[in-house]
Amino acid sequence: MHIPDGYLSPQTSGVLLAAMAPIWIRASRKVKKTLQARNVPLMALGAAFTFTIMMFNVPLPGGTTGHAVGGTLVAIALGPWAATIAVTIALVVQAIFFGDGGILAIGANCFNMAFVLPFVGYYVYKAIASRTNPRHKWLAAGIGSYVGINVAALIAAIEFGIQPALFHTAQGVPLYSPYPLSVTIPAMTIPHLLVAGVVEAVVTAGVVIYLQRSGEPFFNQERKQIDTAKPVNAAAQS
Amino acid sequence: MGNMGTQTLPDWLTKTEQFTLPELQTKRRKTDGFIEKTLAGISTIIEEAVFSQKYASLSGLLQAMDARFKLISVLVLLLAAGFAHSIGLLIALNILALLMALASRITLSFFIRRVWFFIPLYTGIVVFPAIFSFITPGKPLLMVGPAIITEQGVKAAFMIIARVGASVSFAVLLVLTTKWQNLMRALRALYIPQTFILTTEMTYRYIFLLLRIIDDMHLARKSRVLQRTSGSENRSWIVSRIGVLLKKSQGLSEHVYLAMLSRGYTGEARTLQPGRAGIADFGVLSSSLLVLMAVIMLNRY
Repeated sequence: MHIPDGYLSPQTSGVLLAAMAPIWIRASRKVKKTLQARNVPLMALGAAFTFTIMMFNVPLPGGTTGHAVGGTLVAIALGPWAATIAVTIALVVQAIFFGDGGILAIGANCFNMAFVLPFVGYYVYKAIASRTNPRHKWLAAGIGSYVGINVAALIAAIEFGIQPALFHTAQGVPLYSPYPLSVTIPAMTIPHLLVAGVVEAVVTAGVVIYLQRSGEPFFNQERKQIDTAKPVNAAAQS
Repeated sequence: MGNMGTQTLPDWLTKTEQFTLPELQTKRRKTDGFIEKTLAGISTIIEEAVFSQKYASLSGLLQAMDARFKLISVLVLLLAAGFAHSIGLLIALNILALLMALASRITLSFFIRRVWFFIPLYTGIVVFPAIFSFITPGKPLLMVGPAIITEQGVKAAFMIIARVGASVSFAVLLVLTTKWQNLMRALRALYIPQTFILTTEMTYRYIFLLLRIIDDMHLARKSRVLQRTSGSENRSWIVSRIGVLLKKSQGLSEHVYLAMLSRGYTGEARTLQPGRAGIADFGVLSSSLLVLMAVIMLNRY
């Protein structure tokens, strides 16, 4: 889902960057207020975790592998605003240092993966989790992450799909992504509905099950601050 | 040791398990490859990061530049690549990037491999169907069975490949010729808050620590597991490792915070001051602006 430079017009990237500005401001205020001074290391490690989660190759039936994005998982663990900051930093590092996703397209990539994905995933998770048995939190997490990644893929498809109609030469040559919405929507959504979304759901639900079974505290750090007097849990030190 | 009875042995150690070692296979099963794939991915990331730093210490045109001016110049050139409306202009920008790489003493074969190996090649596959009339209608060029290749379609495909190539070239030039600490500092020139820069600096540093943890997890698994494992077993192992990594990263952040506190951190982010810019920096920046203006003017013709 990382959009490289060249697929979107600078105008589209600019609009999405402008749309992200108030979200980043709100997110940083919220994170600073709730986490205070510890927001820097917590966000840094959250971003490093977001970056590295994509390194895990998950074996899929049929012999291939896939990887998760982890936006919903980070939102459940840190809270959606903190997830926006953590995923943004991970995307900036990926774009600048590793060429994964464009530099001009940072606004678009952050809108899709640091805003839409964690927020949709988190609120779907929250809506389901609040109505079900706490033991079934994993199911809410799996559904939330599945919906989150698919909505983000749909938004990316719309961003690609509007390019040929808006930006073309007088002779009708598309300047950027050449495919219309009728192509980009199925091309983006079908693989996400069938494969990427399933991997995301399996990983997110699986991690929640693992943490519940191992008795790890699993809380949203925007809502509950860590008490420094308490020792850091054993698993974190192992 | 002698007085330790066999009753102290845990159950799992005394239990005998029936299992046969898998037969030696010259062809590896695809499902066993996920560990190697992850290990290879980690090596590639570390290799890329190390190689980027190797070129950043050479003395060349872009290495000599102040990182702030270089960052803004590259952003201007990326905008030029974004706004160019013709294949000719985009080819000229690709040539400019090659000349900049030469002037920065980057081996051309390395630069071309790094730029053209993956993203533009992948773009070529992605945009291939766009050359046909059912995606891009226009003046027919060639009939391939029932499908018609159009002039507009071919131009659109070349345009996007050349644009992606030029964009990737400028981004690669930036990262190859700048030490990452200087690049972080340069972000201040874009009015990015210091807290964000400090957090990004820490992220970059801790990515490598977490990568090492993942590497160790996978190597430990690879070196200890002889029996062939099923897909579902592998998946549950992977998700449990992601869970461990999540908790480790949260625990580590607390340790890092306490370490920062004990060294006098008050919650106020401070990053190093950027250096001073010279005439050459202004020269490269104004040249980039001229390129952008030229692209916008030439788009009219």
